[in-house]
Amino acid sequence: MTMNRETLINTILAVAFVAVPVIAMGMNEPFIITLATKVAIFAMAGVGLNLVLGFGGLVSFGHAAFFGIGGYAAGILASHALNYEPIMESPFLIEGTTQMIVIWIVALIVSALVALAIGAITLRTSGVYFIMITLAFAQMIYYFAISWPAYGGEDGLSIYVRNGFPGLNTLDPISFFALCAVMLGIVMLFSAILIRSRFGLALQGARQNPQRMTAVGIAPFRIRLVAFVISAMITALAGALYADLNRFVSPTMLSWHMSGEIMIFVILGGVGRLFGPLAGAALYIILEHLLGSVWEFWQLPLGVLLLIVVLFARGGLVGVLAGERKHA
Amino acid sequence: MTALLELSGVTAFYGASQALFGIDLSLNEGEAVALMGRNGMGKTTTIKTICRMMEHRDGLIRFAGQDLARMPSHKAARLGLGLVPEGRRCFARLSVMENLIAAARPGEWDFDRVAGLFPRLAERRDQKAMTLSGGEQQMLAIGRALMTNPRLLILDEATEGLAPVVRQEIWAAINQLKQSGLTILVVDKSLKELSGVADRYVVVEKGVTAWTGAVNELTDELADRYLGV
Repeated sequence: MTMNRETLINTILAVAFVAVPVIAMGMNEPFIITLATKVAIFAMAGVGLNLVLGFGGLVSFGHAAFFGIGGYAAGILASHALNYEPIMESPFLIEGTTQMIVIWIVALIVSALVALAIGAITLRTSGVYFIMITLAFAQMIYYFAISWPAYGGEDGLSIYVRNGFPGLNTLDPISFFALCAVMLGIVMLFSAILIRSRFGLALQGARQNPQRMTAVGIAPFRIRLVAFVISAMITALAGALYADLNRFVSPTMLSWHMSGEIMIFVILGGVGRLFGPLAGAALYIILEHLLGSVWEFWQLPLGVLLLIVVLFARGGLVGVLAGERKHA
Repeated sequence: MTALLELSGVTAFYGASQALFGIDLSLNEGEAVALMGRNGMGKTTTIKTICRMMEHRDGLIRFAGQDLARMPSHKAARLGLGLVPEGRRCFARLSVMENLIAAARPGEWDFDRVAGLFPRLAERRDQKAMTLSGGEQQMLAIGRALMTNPRLLILDEATEGLAPVVRQEIWAAINQLKQSGLTILVVDKSLKELSGVADRYVVVEKGVTAWTGAVNELTDELADRYLGV
């Protein structure tokens, strides 16, 4: 197979994404490594959303719920471990942990269950109703977090020492970046395999023509529910990493601004494209730090850019660079 | 012998307006039946009720020994109803191969066998469905229905609006399917081609089964009366 332009763009993106922090390490600029880590984490959240938004055509405006659940999984487990207080003692003992792997598993399970419940209700609607109901569920969880004093309420929860990963000093910026980058790679590979599988094709088919999908014996609702759950799990994993990056979780991670931001990365980078979320997250972080350092209203030009992408370049950044129009 | 598909006294409504007033139809395993009638007489509505894209009101629809009343569409499809809908409707942004894989269920029909039936699809396997010609999309729609390994293939206006050469190609394929023993329900207007494929005709008029009989029993007079040919 010859390399098409999109593959070339993707390769350049991947190389730059890894090269920048490595060069930054050589130049002793840990802040840039932290920014690259943030790109990796946001991209991962975007990969999750892209699965339902890009391939399933489902505009979920509530993915902050899953991002925040991942974050709180890290925060709550770590705070119990650091205070030597078990989460519960009866009927059986559950203790906190500072092991990322355990935290991720908890984040994946909890987000999957919550997504299953939210999806089972919201996926019975479509269009603007789906957008509004996913938003409503996320806001419910947001207000719950604010009003629950046990884990900091509105003030959030600090993680005093970044959680650990076997064989890795996670406090070392480049090591933590490498961990996030590898996890992003795994998630993107998984997503690439998934969308080409029979399940992924059925998901795309259900977006293009749900009735036809039914006529070949596949119920769109179930396909979409499974996709919604997987999507939420990926976003929750990103949330757990984000909490560890900041060593802090707060209800902000659950707010609708966060849902909007994740959606912005995906749209900026290219909806329904594998590398779209990475390109979008990178562009977003770069703009935030370049424009943000000179002008406090940097979100105004971001909004204009978003408008331009939506109106004239619906393939997003990757679509424009690849020179191919592919409407979502 | 019990029929594979059986409709008796089926009625159906679009909102308040009645479209079917009493459809009777039965199809045995291995048989090919042509559903005929002028435009607006209820052919497509009949097919919609069989495939559960529309709920019937009275009467009975049985397929493979099961009552289809209130069965969701995807479950009916899983029982072995393979529909090739009017207007083709392929998944435009998926490739030929992807369209077929998305529908696949285990059985004797796989990509290679579909490619054997329609060599043109094999040539275009990586092309997006939206870039195919009308005839090729029709072949893909038939291929997609076959990939579900149906017990009954339903073709709704399979050759409408296609060039004569392509029509012949598709009818030849339908004939081949019939020879292989597949049960087929076909809706079409061209008597000439139908007579080559079908064992029996079922004519609907104003939502009622008006006539049914073997292919050679349809006289010119009857054809003129029901079909206006």
